[in-house]
Parts: sequence; C-alpha cells; structure tokens
Amino acid sequence: MHAITNIQKYSIHDGDGIRTTVFFKGCHLRCQWCHNPETQRFEPELQVDIPKCTGCGRCVKVCPQGAISISAEGKSVTDRDKCIICGKCVNACLGNYRTVVGQEYTVKELVKKCLQDQMFYEESGGGVTLSGGEVMAMDTEYIQALCKALHREGISVTIDTCGQAPYSNYEAIIPYVDTWLYDVKVMDDDLHKKYMGMGNKLILENLVRLAKTGARIYIRIPVVKEVNGNWESMADIIDFLKKNDIRPPQVNLLPYHSTGSHKYGKLGMEYPGQLLTTPTDEEMQDFVRQWNEAGFSNVKIGG
Amino acid sequence: MEERGMNARIKALRKVSMETQPHIDLERAKIETEVYKEWEDKVSLPVLRALVLKEYFSKKTLYLGEGELIVGEKGKDPQSSPTFPELTCHTLEDMHIMNDRAVVNYTVTEQDLKDQEEIIIPYWKGKSMRDKLLASMTDEWKECYAAGMFTEFMEQRGPGHTCGGKNVFIKGYADYKIEIQEAIDALDFMNDPEALAKKDELEAMLIDCDAVMILGQRYHDLLKEEAAKCEDPVRKAELEQMAANLEVVPAHKPQTYWQAIQLYWFTHLAVTTELNPWDAFSPGRLDQHLFPYYEKDVEDGILDDERALELLECLWVKFNNQPAPVKVGVTLKESGTYTDFANINTGGIKEDGTNGVNAVSYLILDCMDEMKLVQPNSNVQISKKTPQKFLKRACEISRKGWGQPAFYNTDEIVQELLNAGKTLDDARQGGSSGCVETGSWGNEAYILTGYLNIPKIFQLTMYNGFDNQSGKQLGLKTGDVRDFKSYDELWDAFKKQLHHMVDIKVRGNNVIEKLYANYMPAPCLSIVTNDCIKKGKDYNNGGSRYNTRYIQGVGIGTITDCLSAIKYNVFDNKNFTMEELVKAMDDNFEGHEEIFNMVCNKTPKYGNDDDYADDIMQDVFKLYRDEVTGRPTMSGGQYHVDMLPTTCHIYFGEVIGATANGRLANKPVSEGISPEKFADTNGPTAVIKSCAKMDHCSTGGTLLNQKFTPSAIAGETGLDNLASLIRTYFAMDGHHIQFNVFDKETLLEAQKHPDDYKDLIVRVAGYSDYFRNLDEELQNEIINRTAQSF
Repeated sequence: MHAITNIQKYSIHDGDGIRTTVFFKGCHLRCQWCHNPETQRFEPELQVDIPKCTGCGRCVKVCPQGAISISAEGKSVTDRDKCIICGKCVNACLGNYRTVVGQEYTVKELVKKCLQDQMFYEESGGGVTLSGGEVMAMDTEYIQALCKALHREGISVTIDTCGQAPYSNYEAIIPYVDTWLYDVKVMDDDLHKKYMGMGNKLILENLVRLAKTGARIYIRIPVVKEVNGNWESMADIIDFLKKNDIRPPQVNLLPYHSTGSHKYGKLGMEYPGQLLTTPTDEEMQDFVRQWNEAGFSNVKIGG
Repeated sequence: MEERGMNARIKALRKVSMETQPHIDLERAKIETEVYKEWEDKVSLPVLRALVLKEYFSKKTLYLGEGELIVGEKGKDPQSSPTFPELTCHTLEDMHIMNDRAVVNYTVTEQDLKDQEEIIIPYWKGKSMRDKLLASMTDEWKECYAAGMFTEFMEQRGPGHTCGGKNVFIKGYADYKIEIQEAIDALDFMNDPEALAKKDELEAMLIDCDAVMILGQRYHDLLKEEAAKCEDPVRKAELEQMAANLEVVPAHKPQTYWQAIQLYWFTHLAVTTELNPWDAFSPGRLDQHLFPYYEKDVEDGILDDERALELLECLWVKFNNQPAPVKVGVTLKESGTYTDFANINTGGIKEDGTNGVNAVSYLILDCMDEMKLVQPNSNVQISKKTPQKFLKRACEISRKGWGQPAFYNTDEIVQELLNAGKTLDDARQGGSSGCVETGSWGNEAYILTGYLNIPKIFQLTMYNGFDNQSGKQLGLKTGDVRDFKSYDELWDAFKKQLHHMVDIKVRGNNVIEKLYANYMPAPCLSIVTNDCIKKGKDYNNGGSRYNTRYIQGVGIGTITDCLSAIKYNVFDNKNFTMEELVKAMDDNFEGHEEIFNMVCNKTPKYGNDDDYADDIMQDVFKLYRDEVTGRPTMSGGQYHVDMLPTTCHIYFGEVIGATANGRLANKPVSEGISPEKFADTNGPTAVIKSCAKMDHCSTGGTLLNQKFTPSAIAGETGLDNLASLIRTYFAMDGHHIQFNVFDKETLLEAQKHPDDYKDLIVRVAGYSDYFRNLDEELQNEIINRTAQSF
C-alpha cells in the first residue's frame, strides 16, 4: 500500500474532461519549484499551520512522545525527530491546524473512490489521473492492479509522470493506460541535476521507449526562467522529440508559479525555489510560436 | 447604472424600469371598493369578482411609455404595485413599514395613507381573506405558525403559481366567450344540483372576457389618438401598427408574432390583477408558442431576428415593471424580494416528445443575456434531446454569475408529472414555474401551501416537543432524548413529531383551501386553465384538470447533518453523550469547543458523496415524502412535496436554537437540497452525487445551488465541463441546478469568515484548492486575479 495525499475530484486540468486525480506520496526528484512538497517523501507526514496556531496547548497534552512544546511566541513547536505520526494531536487541535498528510488505501478502496464519479467521466470524456508525487515510483504490483481494475470498469486512466522510475514499471501498465502526461524539464543533464536533484538520462530513455510502443503521450514542460525559459532550451527539447520521432498530440507549457511555497513551512521545510522566476506572458507566447513553427500544432499554456 | 438593451429604445425602457422606485398604487383597491359597495350581495360572488376586474380595466389609468412596442401595466405606471385589500387589508402601520423598511420597500404617499385610512380600511377591515383565514385557524395552528414551524402561502396572497398552456397563444377572448356560452347553454338544470353555481361561474368568465377586451379597446383608442398627434413618421407608423394589432388581439387569435406577445401580456395583466396569485403567471414554453408566428412572419417578410429580439426585450421590460405585490410579516420573510416569480422556460421538448429548441429559443437566450434582469426569472429546460449548442449557450450566460438561466431537467419533470398521475401528453406539456415547482401547464392548479421547517421539527424532538425559542410545547412529548438508548429510538421520536406537525399543517391547509373555494374565485384565471370552462368550476374550487398541493420541505442538509452528528458521535463512536450534546446546544456550543469541533469538522456530512450521511438524507427525505404524498386535497387532488426555500431558510434559521450539527443559534438552515453551508468539502461532483441520491422523480421539484469561481469554469473547456456537470446531474434524474459564480466581494468575505466558506474552491495555478486553505498572501493574489477575470 502507498500513502495518498489527496484524491481530487472535479479535477479539470490534469488530462481530458472531468477527472479524479489521485496524488501518490513520494518522488525521487526534488524539483526546486515543486508545488506539492507534501508529495516528496514516501511516508505519511505531519503538517502544521503554524501561523494560525493559537498556542492553546491541547496538542502538547495528548502527544505520547512529548514531541510538542509551545514557543515564546505562543506557537506550537513539533520535534519531528520524536514525532511518530500517531495523529493524536490532529484530533486534539480545535482549529484543525494539524493534519497528517498521507493516507493508505487498498486497491479495492481506491477503485471504489475513483468509481464514484464515473458518470461524470463518461459524460465529459474524463477519467482518473494517477499523479503525485511520482506514481511510477510506487510499487508496480499495486499500480498495475489499480490500473487493471480501473480499466476493467471502463475508466480511462491517465498517468502523470516525471519519468524517474524503472522502465519495467511503465511496461507493466501500458495496456491499461490511455494517456500519459510526461514531464520534460531540460535537456542539459547538469542543469537537470542542479534543479531536479538528479540527472535526466533515465527520464529521456523511458520517454523514447514508451513512445515507441505507440503510447499517447502529452508532453508537459514546466517553464522556469532560470532553468529552461529560453529559446535554446526549448529548441533542445524540440530537437530531442523530433530526433526520436515523438509526435505528442498535445504539448503543455506550464509557467512556473510559487503558489506551493506556503506549504513548505507546514512541513518544517524551507522553500528552495526562492530565486526562481516566472516567464512573462509574452515570453510564453513566443515559446508557443517556437513550438508551432517546429511543427507542433497543439501547444497550450497551462494544464 | 449599467445601460443594457439592444438599442436606444430598449435601453431607455430598461432604464425607466430599473430606476423607478416601486410604489403603492391604490387605484385598483379604490375601484374594487366602489364595486363591492355597489354590487356585494346583489350578484353572485364570481360575478362580483369579475365586475371588479371589468371596472378596473374600464377605468384604470392607461400608461404608454416612450417607444413602447408592447402595452399595458398592472398599475398606473411602471413599478406600480396595486394592492389587494380583499386578500390583505394593510393597516397604516403596515403602510409605514413598507415605505420605511431598508430593503424591498415600496413608496407610500401621504395621499395613499389618507385613502387607505378613509376608503380602504373602513370597508375591508375584518373582511379580507387574511382576516377570515386567521379567524378560522386553531390555537395550535396559530402557535406553530407564530413559532415558525411552517409558513402559509395564502396568508396574504391568493393561490397562485400557474402557467399558461398553448391556448393562451392561440385563442382570443371572443373565442373563449363562444366556448363559455356553449358551456352555459349545455347546463342541465333538470338534473345537475350544481347547475346554478356553474352558471354564476361561467357568467363571471364572460364578464372577464369583456374586461380584457375593454382594456384592449381602450389601448387601441389611445394608440390611435397618439398616432394622430405624433410627428415622428417612424413612431407614428409604430403606433398605428400597435393600434392595428389591437384590432386583432386580445379578442381574436393572433396573426403575427408581435400580436401573440401582446395577447400574452394582456392575459398576464388580467390574471395578476384579478387577484394576487403569488408567483404571478407565466407564459410556459414561450419559444414554442411563439415559433409558428415567428416562422410565418419571417417567411412573409414582416419580421427579422432583430425585430423579434426587440419585441422580446420589450416584453422583458414589462415583466420587470411589475414588482411583486407588497408582502409584510412572515410572508415577507419567506419571500423577501420584489421578484414576482414569473418564470420563462425555454427549450425542452414538444408535445410529441421531440426536441423543442427552435430559433426563438436562441433569441430568448440572447434577450436574457442582453437584458440581465431578475424578472422574468428565466430558465432553460434541458432534455436528452437538447442540442449541445443550446446547452452551451445557456452555460455561457449562466457562468456570468448572476444566477440565470437556471437549468431544469425536462425528462425528469415528465417522470414527476407521470408519477403524479398526468397523462403522457399533459406531462410533456408541463414544466416548472415559480421557483422549481412542477405542473402541467394550462391544465393544473398546483398550489404551494407553505414551507415546513424540518430542522425545527427535529429540534422539537431533541427537547421532548418543547420549543425553547417560543417557550411553548409545540410538539408531542416523545421522550427525553438523554434517555434514548439507540439511534432508532431517536428516529422514531422524530417520526412522530413530523407526523404531528404535518397533520397540523394539512388541517389548516384544508380549511384555507375551502375558504378560497367559497370566498375568492378567480374566474379570469379559470378561463385560461383547461377544464374550468368545461366543468363550470373555478380554478380555486378544483376546476382545473389536475389539482395538486405542495408542502415545501426546507433544511434537508441541516437535519441530515444533525442526525449524522448524533448517530456518529453519540451512538456509533461514543465520542460524547447525548446529555453533553444537549448541554452544548443549550449553551450555543460556548465552552464546548471540543464537541463543536467534532460535529463541525469530524463528522460525515451530506454533500460529500459519503453514504454515511447521504443514507440519512434519504431516510429523512423518504419519511417526509411519504408523510405528505398522497394526502387528499379538498378539491379531489393529492399532496406532493417540493424541496425549495426561496428565502425561507433564513427565517426558519432565525427561529431555531443551536443544532446538533454545530449550526449556531438563529443562523440560516440549509437551502433547497444544497448541503449545509460549511458541510461540503469535496467539490461539485460530490455535491451533485449526494443530491442525486434523493429520489427527485417522486417530488414536485427540488432546488440545488452550486457555487463556482470564475476561473474554475473559464474558457471553452470550462464551458464543456459545466455542460457535462449538468448533463450528468440530469442523467441521475436531478431536477434543477443553478450556478453562482463568486465575485471579488465574496472572496473578500470568505477571507474574513473562512468557516462560512469552507466549500469555496478556487483555481490556484495548475491545481485547485479550497480558498480557506490558502495563506493570506495567496488569497490576495487570487482575489486580485479573480477581479481581473471579470
């Protein structure tokens, strides 16, 4: 079983139609702009909204580990080394400022959840998107069983992946997946290491192999000024796709945004993307033109 | 104020309509009083009523606005509100209140006060239907009414709420006269003990036909006169054409599109002037009724789309010119608005079951979009056969965020009507009017009788029948809940309380129904409602083909969450005891933060597609439905339920203390079948799923409000998604859905009071999130962004 951070219904930007997006917890990359930091670690975590904390101390009383104290500023402070994520403080907090992020589901439970909106998928041409975190980094058997079960129910499955997982994981679910949302960030391996924490070799290899199977792949490119927000970087990606004869039916250019930064504090983390910047609207339009001129017709800004 | 309208003429007419302050108009009341003084006890009651309309239409001040193409006002000018002292004789204090109150106020002049004091009150005091009605009610009924257990629609207004069938567009009043005379000639004075009563009624109808034709003739003469004086050749020709129109209608079948609209308008004025039927009157499937005229006129080269739209916009102004007759007291609280609830249905199906959308349907949508008026209340009927283009055009208007058009499920409405015993033909000719209530148009009196405060009935259960707000024992003594050992015991107690309260309500209803049948016939409405002529019986006396009465349940979300809170926390998980809960409720949850947090945030709630709560909703719904449905009305029909509140959920909330679901004392209860305000946290699909678990087909209408931010439904994709949500809800047999799209002000409110806006979802960037979950800075960014997207 795997921890899931959120099951988002009426999800309308992660693939076609009305969808339910399942966010799996855990990813091997550490993209500096990651707007879902709660999906980075694989284990359940405690989130605390410290600015809203009233310092009432109820959490301190119930913590079996003695991991919580109240600071001089009247805020709760949690020693994450001592915390065992038992959830007692979550129930004690009257303002609901404490949450455990990451809940485990059996395949059966998850399928049941995903089936709840089946009629909406069918009417809108939507389905279920498995995202994260990195869904492909989860246990293959679990994901395969899940995809198979959804497929058997007639649910269209989309996989949202960064590509950083063994190819065998992809191979295992190809028959059950309709669409892949495949993130490509930057061709330069060093830059990739710098901003993503790992190189891109496996990611690109997987993409080429997956494309060769005839899979329907949408390429999604988070565009960050410092990383790939320039003509050359885009040209590199375009060349790579062309060279490998990858013709995505849709390309999404996703302008960087810092809206996930507020979540880092709740997890006791610091936002590493302080210095990143968003390309201007004009620059984004230029990139669309660049892609169009290279022969990619369906290029969208945003999800 | 924003100027709207397709051209200068419409803009000017709309401006007058929008900027004129609603005001009292006593001309009708004074003429009525004269008629009563002269004729009461000399003629039959139906004839007396008809004489009132005839005299008023013969003497009333005529209004002809600059540039008008459709003529006729209920009162002396736009935003005039005639009074109906035969229904409610306002005291001078009432008159001051209606003038002075901060909202929904009507100007009352010194002369009005003088007339009221010297002419109206001396004659009508103690004689109005309101006086008769209150004098006929039991103390038990009065106590429950005063405490807000239920409301009573006929307390200040006549039984209303119906919709014209196709007759209204294809028969003139001279045609009706022939039919009526035939019915009189066929009366069997040898064998029929009711023959005389029938003759009185039919003769009254004849007089009303004359009344409408007199109004037509007077306008004809006025238009001729104005045309003669007019120096502008264009306007002169228009005035002449309008006069020529009145040589055909309202006496005869219209020959043109323009005449058909004018004919409807005269009928609308007649029906809503004869009495004050709450929810006015409606033209039914306006698009389908007008289409044959439109098609022919276009073919004949005398009409184009521009003119067709202009005439619709003129009609829209006319609707908007008529504020609802003045309400006071509880009736104002249950329906606190100027809107008179004329409701125009567009789209749907034809009599033969095929798709009903036509060229006029699209013109009506354009008109609605252009005019942006709350009156007439405009909606679209969506069936499986409705073209996607029509649905998407309606969605496009709806997402502008002012609530129109609302969406109705034609196929489900047909099932409702079949379930209520209509023939397939009559069911297909039905739809919704007023708010969401279903009827077979032109064939049915489907009378709302009042809202029922279901959460308060449950609250009585919690306090052994005692109402801690009024300090009275209003319910049965069903036992101290603190002694209850199981949820079933609680449920049984609630069941008894509900039965008891519905009994009180229906006993009162039956008396009121008879009072109207005996004292307040509506012969004019009877002319246009099928079978009244044939039966020689009045609309208010069971004359129509079908006679349905509704009781409208309010607060299903609140009561479901109350039961869920108790079942989950007291019985299933033993988080706290009933005694602790009751104490917390007594204290309005002050000092009981833990229980408050549990019932608010850690309990399954209706609106999340969670069967734990939704099963309870179904139980409550079925109990209520079965308690009401099938009870006989006094005119041979049956009771059914509706699930809608107008503005009554606020009033009903005011009279209930803190409830088990964490709703604080005197706060509103849930509206329609929507979840309690802070309860749904899983987005629109979950709300729709929960709501669809109710068996809509066995009701006479339900109401669902859905909230969105503009960005969640932006662009072509947003439109597609909105259309998909509607289609899916309707595939699940949902009855009605309407959308609120949040503006900047709401988001600012949400920032200040996050607990009141827990269900507000905003599109952040690449993902969606609950607004309350965002930090202040991000909220600000979204507020600013949302403001830009308008």
